[in-house]
Amino acid sequence: MRNAATRAWMSAYAEEPFLFLTGDLGYNALESLRDEMQDHFINAGIAEQNMVSVAAGLATQDFDVWCYSIAPFCYARPFEQIRNDVCQHDLPVKLVGNGGGYAYGAMGSSHHALEDYGTLLTLPNMHVYVPSFAGDLPDIVTRMRESQHPAYLRLGHCEVPDRYRVPAYAPWRRLAAGNDVVILTVGPIAGALLAGLHDWDGSTRPEVWSISELPLESNPPPLEFLTALERNPRLCVVEEHVAQGSVGQIFAHFALKHGIPLEQFDHLCALGYPSGRYGSQNFHRKECGLDAATILKRAEALVHRV
Amino acid sequence: MNLDMSSDTAALIRSSKRRLLQMHYEAGVGHIGGNLSALDSLLCLHHAVMTDNDLFVLSKGHAAGALYVTLWSIGKLTDEDLTSFHQDRTRLAGHPAPKAIEGIPVATGSLGHGLPLASGMAMAKKFRHEPGRVFCLTSDGEWQEGSNWEALIFARHHKLYNLTILIDRNRLQGFGTTDEVASLGDLRPQLSSFGVTVEEVDGHSWRALSDALSCTDPGPRVIILDTVKGKGIPSFENKLDSHYLPLSDLEYSRAMQELGS
Repeated sequence: MRNAATRAWMSAYAEEPFLFLTGDLGYNALESLRDEMQDHFINAGIAEQNMVSVAAGLATQDFDVWCYSIAPFCYARPFEQIRNDVCQHDLPVKLVGNGGGYAYGAMGSSHHALEDYGTLLTLPNMHVYVPSFAGDLPDIVTRMRESQHPAYLRLGHCEVPDRYRVPAYAPWRRLAAGNDVVILTVGPIAGALLAGLHDWDGSTRPEVWSISELPLESNPPPLEFLTALERNPRLCVVEEHVAQGSVGQIFAHFALKHGIPLEQFDHLCALGYPSGRYGSQNFHRKECGLDAATILKRAEALVHRV
Repeated sequence: MNLDMSSDTAALIRSSKRRLLQMHYEAGVGHIGGNLSALDSLLCLHHAVMTDNDLFVLSKGHAAGALYVTLWSIGKLTDEDLTSFHQDRTRLAGHPAPKAIEGIPVATGSLGHGLPLASGMAMAKKFRHEPGRVFCLTSDGEWQEGSNWEALIFARHHKLYNLTILIDRNRLQGFGTTDEVASLGDLRPQLSSFGVTVEEVDGHSWRALSDALSCTDPGPRVIILDTVKGKGIPSFENKLDSHYLPLSDLEYSRAMQELGS
């Protein structure tokens, strides 16, 4: 996704210049952007607190500013700077966290971002963008540029299954038609799930959706999604994020508040490090039941109302 | 009396101090010591140095009272505004709030934020080749925050020639002297070693302040202001209590007497 984002930034920059700050990250990925942007590409060094506040200072003077780092260095280290300097002033600073969820795999827990969008959504004015596929980046970058609010973009590894035709980007999207339980995905884990669904041989079929923009207040579920739930009021939310602050919790709250009846609800999410061991992204997903086989098994359980 | 200032300046300082004390006394709010150590530099900046092209960031947000009174002294806040200080529905919070007051571009209060913000503003001016300077007032204890050093490295590396950093060195912080709590050593050579220009001036001498702040040599420049916490109120001067405690009735009436009308 990072390469797709770089191409999207290159196109966006050609249309209208902006500033891009990196916390000394982007090797083997952002070089073309750096060469194109020249002095508008600023390596702020390994100093994320300063980077975010500098971005806020630039934004007070009407500059369009993006800040890039590995996800936890982007949202956790400078959290107070995001809170006080960016969000409380409602400045349109765009934060980009590379490696959402367990994407950095065996690099270890310091590099994982398991609570990023939940944490950031507690802040005023913050908008979150989580692409499911690399092809979403041009639309998302455009939408982020048009927004006049703080924003966070969570990048991951694109996992489009073979022969799968990705539908055009939309903040809510039906990724696979079905006639039973609804699975709502967040981020690129959708690709792994769709790949697993290819071999699904049940008599009924789950309907798979993705959500890519939060909060729900500015991106409420569309009628088609609500209709699917009305038809089959069984929902399974799948995301590489801890339960606290997750889309699962957010949607459950939304459903209760708006009287959306859910007969059954399941939530598959990041559980941290259950075994205390580390490995690839798929290793961690499997430990949390976020691999396609487990997700579909859980969905099947909802189908059969176990 | 400070002989380096005109009678008008002396009157400005006296009336501003009186208004500051009145505001804090009526609101029952402390932080008076750090406001009084910063007030002279704020007045000098806003009356004798800054132009419409300049920006000011108060990084030591607990000196909000001094900034509000300074803005009052140049007509940007009214007496009624100051009366609302710390009251319900006020725009004048104990630390500057976001988007509350024209003339205060950013909210502060958590230390270590102002200088990076000011660096961003200075960089914006540099990008656009805009005239004007950016001033940022920090406390001395605030330099225990790592983000200030991050910002100093950034400002020097990016040659933010239009950035002037003021350090209100009153040598007292929340729970002791800066030397006792977490000594910064000799600040000047430490700052100089980062490649910025550093000078030390008497933070209560209008002439010294005016000379140092008016200097337009390319920066980033750091001006260490030697100041006295609680300046002008003998019972408060260099006292840790003045960091937190509000004025008692007796202290207030004595202080007003000492300041004169």
